[in-house]
Amino acid sequence: MAILQDIAFILGTMLMYASPLIYTALGGVISENSGVINIGLEGMMTIGAFFAAMVGYFTGNPWLGFLAGGLAGGALAVLHAVACVIFDADNVISGIAIIFIGPGLSLFLSRLFFDGATQTKALDLSKKIPRPFNGVFEQNSPLDLVFNQYAVVYIAIFLVFLISFLLYKTRIGLRLRAVGEQPNAALTMGIRVRMVRFLAVVISGVLAGFGGATLSIAIVSLFWGSLISGQGFIALAAMIFGKWRPIPTMFACFLFGIAQGIVVYVGARVQGTISDLLSMLPYVLTLIVLTSLMEKGLAPEALGKPLRERL
Amino acid sequence: MNVPQTVVELKSITKYFGEFCANDGIDFTLQKGEVHAILGENGAGKSTLMNILYGLLQPIDGEIYIYGKRVNVLSPRVAIQQGIGMVHQHFMLVKLFTVTENIILGSEITKFGVLKYGQAEQEIEALSRKYGLLVDPTSRIKDISIGIQQRVELLKVLYRGAKILILDEPTAVLTPQEIVELMKAIRGLVESGNSVILITHKLREIMEVANRCTVIRQGKLIDTVDVSSVSEQDLASMMVGHEVVFAPIPRKISKGKERLTIKNIFANDRKGFPMLRGIDLQLHGGEILALAGVEGNGQREFIEVLAGVRPFAKGKIYLEQQEIVNPNPQKMFEFGFGNIPEDRQKEGLVLEFNIAENIVLHSSKSFSKKFFLNQEKMHSVAMKLIKEFSIKPEDSYCKCKHMSGGNQQKVVISRELFAKPKVLIVAHPTRGLDVGATDYVHHCLCDQRDQGVAVLLVSFDLDEIFRLADRVAVIYEGHIIGIRDTEKTTRSEIGLLLAGQKHD
Amino acid sequence: MINRQKSITENPSVLAIFSVVLGLGFGLSALLLSGYNPLLAIKVMGYNTFGKLRFFLWILIQAVPIIFTGISVAFAYRTGLFNIGAEGQFIIGALVAALVGYYVRLPMIIHPIVVLLCSIIAASIWGGIAGWLKAQFGVHEVISTIMLNWIALYLNNFILNFPQLRRPESEATHKVLFSARIDLFSRLKEEGDWYTFQTNHPQLADVFRAPITIGILLAVLTAIIIWILIEKTNFGYKLKMVGFNKDAALYQGVSVTRSYVSAMLISGALAGIGGACHVLGVTHEVAKLAAMEGNGFDGIAVALIANAHPIGTIFSGILFSALAWGGKSIQRDLGAPTEVVNIVIGIIIFFIAAPGIFKTITQMRYQRKMRRKQ
Repeated sequence: MAILQDIAFILGTMLMYASPLIYTALGGVISENSGVINIGLEGMMTIGAFFAAMVGYFTGNPWLGFLAGGLAGGALAVLHAVACVIFDADNVISGIAIIFIGPGLSLFLSRLFFDGATQTKALDLSKKIPRPFNGVFEQNSPLDLVFNQYAVVYIAIFLVFLISFLLYKTRIGLRLRAVGEQPNAALTMGIRVRMVRFLAVVISGVLAGFGGATLSIAIVSLFWGSLISGQGFIALAAMIFGKWRPIPTMFACFLFGIAQGIVVYVGARVQGTISDLLSMLPYVLTLIVLTSLMEKGLAPEALGKPLRERL
Repeated sequence: MNVPQTVVELKSITKYFGEFCANDGIDFTLQKGEVHAILGENGAGKSTLMNILYGLLQPIDGEIYIYGKRVNVLSPRVAIQQGIGMVHQHFMLVKLFTVTENIILGSEITKFGVLKYGQAEQEIEALSRKYGLLVDPTSRIKDISIGIQQRVELLKVLYRGAKILILDEPTAVLTPQEIVELMKAIRGLVESGNSVILITHKLREIMEVANRCTVIRQGKLIDTVDVSSVSEQDLASMMVGHEVVFAPIPRKISKGKERLTIKNIFANDRKGFPMLRGIDLQLHGGEILALAGVEGNGQREFIEVLAGVRPFAKGKIYLEQQEIVNPNPQKMFEFGFGNIPEDRQKEGLVLEFNIAENIVLHSSKSFSKKFFLNQEKMHSVAMKLIKEFSIKPEDSYCKCKHMSGGNQQKVVISRELFAKPKVLIVAHPTRGLDVGATDYVHHCLCDQRDQGVAVLLVSFDLDEIFRLADRVAVIYEGHIIGIRDTEKTTRSEIGLLLAGQKHD
Repeated sequence: MINRQKSITENPSVLAIFSVVLGLGFGLSALLLSGYNPLLAIKVMGYNTFGKLRFFLWILIQAVPIIFTGISVAFAYRTGLFNIGAEGQFIIGALVAALVGYYVRLPMIIHPIVVLLCSIIAASIWGGIAGWLKAQFGVHEVISTIMLNWIALYLNNFILNFPQLRRPESEATHKVLFSARIDLFSRLKEEGDWYTFQTNHPQLADVFRAPITIGILLAVLTAIIIWILIEKTNFGYKLKMVGFNKDAALYQGVSVTRSYVSAMLISGALAGIGGACHVLGVTHEVAKLAAMEGNGFDGIAVALIANAHPIGTIFSGILFSALAWGGKSIQRDLGAPTEVVNIVIGIIIFFIAAPGIFKTITQMRYQRKMRRKQ
């Protein structure tokens, strides 16, 4: 049953690598459904990853670290929210600012807290995010490979369904989507458009922070400068592929997670040349995926457009 | 014994946008059960005043009284609580949402935050029957017509129990039949105890349905009059500030030969939906042919075909017996087509460019030698046109984004006319322009006609059509349903054609 | 009073200066909060940037790559495109330069020209891919160019896996031939008797220790050419039309898709020249990359600060280089993290993104004045 073993391994790796993408992509979904483009997710992931690793190391409690990561991402997102929602900044340029500030601040603080090093000290394996199903299945059995995941992976999937429900079945979700499609319609019905967008952006930062935290204190056990290398943008591609809807976005993240899983799987067996070629896989895949979505007009209609308040 | 009860009173409302004074100490009252029209030109300040009443804007000075009590309307939420509802000129509807979702937005019934769709749908159905504004609660806005969309807007307001309704230019995009229905609906609302404020610049409608009329000019209150004691002429003069005569413009030459022949054009819109289903039309030199039609019947696609921007699947276009194959904008321009597009800011101009750069939008190649643009030539031609068309400011380096709507339109017109077109396609040229600019444009078009140009005028405004056009063709569901001489037809006949009813 | 303050938001140079000042202010506050003396930091940075001619020359040299990538981003921006892919295009340009600079034997003067041409072609194709993806499939260039950055990086590493292309015992290519190099005294420094030269002409040697290249001249020249292209030619006029209002451009028969591709081809080429100049002038080789070096990203900051004006990128490139150089010096001399510079850059861009902040402050002041009038 070696094939089953291999498939299980890939599935398991897929879930693991997809989870940071899922958190971040959900952040993108919320922000962009409210009408604010957020390409700074990468920067918010980075600072989330750093704070999670730092707080996790100093407190010895991974959950405090996870929360800290989310809060850090949210705090950075406040900047983006202030620029875009209050001052009508160009969403893309503000996002670029975040891409500079996030890693910059992370490395700056890393040097301050870790004696000048640009990486945090590793967490004890026992102090990382726990795996609730550890020991339930026979070690390295197919079931174990697939389901013995870090807790945060399960939380991510739960959030996908929760957010999907919130977006399409509740009052909050209706208002959020209205704000992203036709903000003037919401405005004239007494909805505070700017407040909704501000909160959406901050929440997206919190989620991206969780995504970064997943990488630094679950998947690995520390933070370093190039831990986050493009995942924030892959998450955006997943969001676009998922047509700005949470559940399809999750599947898109799975797809990218499989690509990453393959890279790891082959990389463990073959060194050098092939591994470099394979490392391109997630990025090439993103491009191919994006070209297949020829339909425009799927994005929220008011995405990225400044609010026109003189009606 | 009906003692008039003051429902709304605005005292001395003042509002500035930067240094521009939009409302200067305006007083206004609304009595219970009346239809009170607010009349003024584009940019006079009517919408601003009502947006203040509705809480979308805050005045710098002045007070608002509702049912005699002083209220600070800080947001639409407050206005809605007070029983005020507003239907804006451009519909505030989310195209992807259903009718129900649009109506309940902001006042949703929920259980622990979860929407109760079923209950909302039932309530809406009951409401629509009560007021005779029939809609299908489950249909999506993008799939329903403008007339029904307006019903949704009205239901939005009534759903929240509004007793004071503000309607901003409600008839701008309606057919004559739909306007009649709207007037009926307004009278019905008033009979049910509501009070209506009607913002409009259509004098005929004011005379027909309003009790009183307040005239605003350049931000200042001119007067509030009883409609029964004034004439259309009086109102027009008050609106503009001087005697206004919208006389027909005499033609100087007689109709010429057939110039543009359009045979059996079939074309799809950007979503692949067949919008043009066999258009046949002939345009003669020295005439103005108007193309009338309710929005969404294919005018936009037709203009795009003639501009060379939209390919057509079947059919032929002939200019003076010569067929134009595979038109593109450049080719059409070379054949002698001029195009004044519907949205001057989106399609006609590049606002960040200055006047000279906009003048050469089509023809930059002829203004360049080798690779380099001949700036000198560009600016001298621009200055010539600025003088000829009285464009302000008289500076060819002025960026178009700093110019008024009327002057921007002049830039577009001067550019198109400079090329001495044989056929001129004009779409809604006076939209958003004040009376003076509108008159100027009308005279321009008639001038072109008198010089032998074949003019195709696309417009919603029947007044404009009857003033300028020799013939009017009505487009309905993608084909020409009827063509009439303007001298021999009536508004109601055109109205019937617009609604798709022909009786030859 | 109002008119003067309004001009902050309208006048891009003033906005840039304000943003830079505010950014520096934030950076110094960050240092202060972390326990470092900001005044000392200013002194250290000041000395290390303007103190010696040698330092200033290094700043100029290090400005060259980001001026090129800055022009690249600025050019694309004029057409309404965000070229985040300058990084990848730079890498491609550098790689091609390193290979053509070693494996092709050509005489002096001709060699660097040929190398540049090859880099231009390769990098412009790399940029063109993103342009084509946007034109043909509507793929947003921000994401596609970022993906292409990573693909370029791994492509670079992949190619450097082949031992035939590498220097023995090294992760880098062979050093570029002297005939291709564009820095002065290169042969003397590497193979010749630099020591004697140094003893005989100590001051000159001090200055020329830095790899002075003609790169800076090329950069200035390129900036001027691109500026002329944008402002004075029909081609530039059409690109600007597409950038400002693509609906109007469509109506005038300008092919928006063709403009996107052209703009990205040129933009890629410009970043590629930057890569080539860097290799031919400074590093003389290309190595396996563990991570992005940041030349492309810094170019984005350079272009934004210069308000996408090609000539402006020269100055903002030098400013940026000075900041980076100063950042390293405060790390070395003060022990303060050099990443404070990244934060400064980020804050500068933040204020450039939101000029509305200034507008809102002036508006609030104005409204307060109006209310006081009544």
